[in-house]
Amino acid sequence: MIENRPWLTFIAHATLILGVIVVAFPLYVTFVASTLTLEEIIEVPMSLLPGSHMLENYTQVLTAGAASGAGAPVGPMMLNSLIMAVVIAVGKISISIIASFAIVYFRFPLRNFFFWMIFVTLMLPVEVRIFPTYKVVSDLGMINTYVGLTLPLIASATATFLFRQFFLTVPDELAEAARIDGAGPLRFFKDILLPLSKTSMAALFVIQFIYGWNQYLWPLLITTDENMYTTVIGIKRMITSGDALTEWHLVMSTAMLAMLPPVAVVVLMQRWFVKGLVETEK
Amino acid sequence: MEKRVFFRSAWLPYALLAPQIAVTLIFFFWPAGQAVWLSFQLQDAFGLKTQFVGLANFAALFADSHYLDSFKTTAIFSVLVAVAGIAIALLLAVMADRVVKGALAYKTLLIWPYAVAPAVAGVLWAFLFAPSIGIITYVLKKNGIDWNWVLKGDQAMLLVVIASVWKQISYNFLFFLAGLQSIPRSLIEAAAIDGAGPGRRFWTIIFPLLSPTTFFLMVINIVYAFFDTFGVIDATTQGGPAGATQILVYKAYYDGMKAADIGSSSAQSAILMLIVISLTVVQFRFVERKVQY
Repeated sequence: MIENRPWLTFIAHATLILGVIVVAFPLYVTFVASTLTLEEIIEVPMSLLPGSHMLENYTQVLTAGAASGAGAPVGPMMLNSLIMAVVIAVGKISISIIASFAIVYFRFPLRNFFFWMIFVTLMLPVEVRIFPTYKVVSDLGMINTYVGLTLPLIASATATFLFRQFFLTVPDELAEAARIDGAGPLRFFKDILLPLSKTSMAALFVIQFIYGWNQYLWPLLITTDENMYTTVIGIKRMITSGDALTEWHLVMSTAMLAMLPPVAVVVLMQRWFVKGLVETEK
Repeated sequence: MEKRVFFRSAWLPYALLAPQIAVTLIFFFWPAGQAVWLSFQLQDAFGLKTQFVGLANFAALFADSHYLDSFKTTAIFSVLVAVAGIAIALLLAVMADRVVKGALAYKTLLIWPYAVAPAVAGVLWAFLFAPSIGIITYVLKKNGIDWNWVLKGDQAMLLVVIASVWKQISYNFLFFLAGLQSIPRSLIEAAAIDGAGPGRRFWTIIFPLLSPTTFFLMVINIVYAFFDTFGVIDATTQGGPAGATQILVYKAYYDGMKAADIGSSSAQSAILMLIVISLTVVQFRFVERKVQY
């Protein structure tokens, strides 16, 4: 603090509290709506105090789903989302860490060519090449499979770059010492590089878990079978046109369930989350 | 940068690279190449016949007023999202940098929307603003504002902007906070001793020193508005009413997957790729400059 200006500190707190309230308001209303019955929501204006139907709403969406729209239970969708998020996060970390190990610690022909090949993928989000990617995956017979859901999203340059940056900061003496002691590259990787990379891996896991859980366009194209829906897709399928026809109490319970895991990850692993976010963009 | 110490092996580096290269080839290069290839072709309605038409798809696109409108919509949308998101986040970050008590609590309470999926963010705000039952709609109507984004284009635009900004504020906030905390205290102290008040210190010292962060966030937010907001739009307005919120990505998706106009959709994808590539180049040139700074 440079100087003591009580009124400025007051304004700062007031602004932040206002910001927190505005940011939290949609979440609060969603929570309230998930504890009411449909009749209570449709009655304008809906109550801003939680109702008493929380348990039945959540039980219904988890085990049976909404009657309108898809009508599929959300429980299996949560499992699909979890599988998708974990496979993408672990997959990205695994293939990227070995690729950047090769790029940083070896000299071989075409090294730069491969590096640029990975680099270029940084530029092309799935949204840009929607139709052709869909066609490739359907030609490979991967529609409605976990492989089709996850594999195309596993290739990403961000993780490779993060590990490359990190490996470049690892002192050369470590590799030298390992070589003098007679350790081969794989031994060096397993016993020295992997333990050193733990925090980078944790940071990356948090970011990629959220990325995988929140995927929308890709599962929308790839899953036509209710059993393969992810939670986010499930919400979309529950919304029918027309405010009143949609079973908002169930949609909102599902929205709460869809937000819970990634938000919990961000809040509980805040330190790694911030580290991962700042480093992947460098 | 290069390592001085390295290992030698004739096959190991290739084996280590193989998984990533394989996935990249199958799911990036093949489809991206196809997108470019298909953009030069015309398919009949049943996909039975294809014909090489050169740049005809592109020419048709730029003669199509819907496509040009979509360009304009995307420009307005992304500028609104980027400017609003950056301004609000900067205000909050400056305030959060000032407070000592409760700083961590504020931070935690402001960053969680990052974890919300764009589609879910869209659903949340669509519910608050729902024409007949929304709680904000109710308040607006009480104040004499006729709110119905299902019918009114500018209101639909406002809805998707609010939902997109809400989700992105946390990201901008974190980067501004990190930027603010890296500004040397001595600079600000010196200005304070010279008699510069908080407002003056902000505009003459803090804001210029934050400009690399601001520029970086500008690029990131525009990319976000171009592509990641697909979920927000599909879950709320679906490009409507009458194309008022149909951004380029949504149009490419709609024309390819719903209208089955593959040539046109691929041409749109190719144009989008060009846009992404130029944005990435801008961003990397900036990163190079940041290293010097």
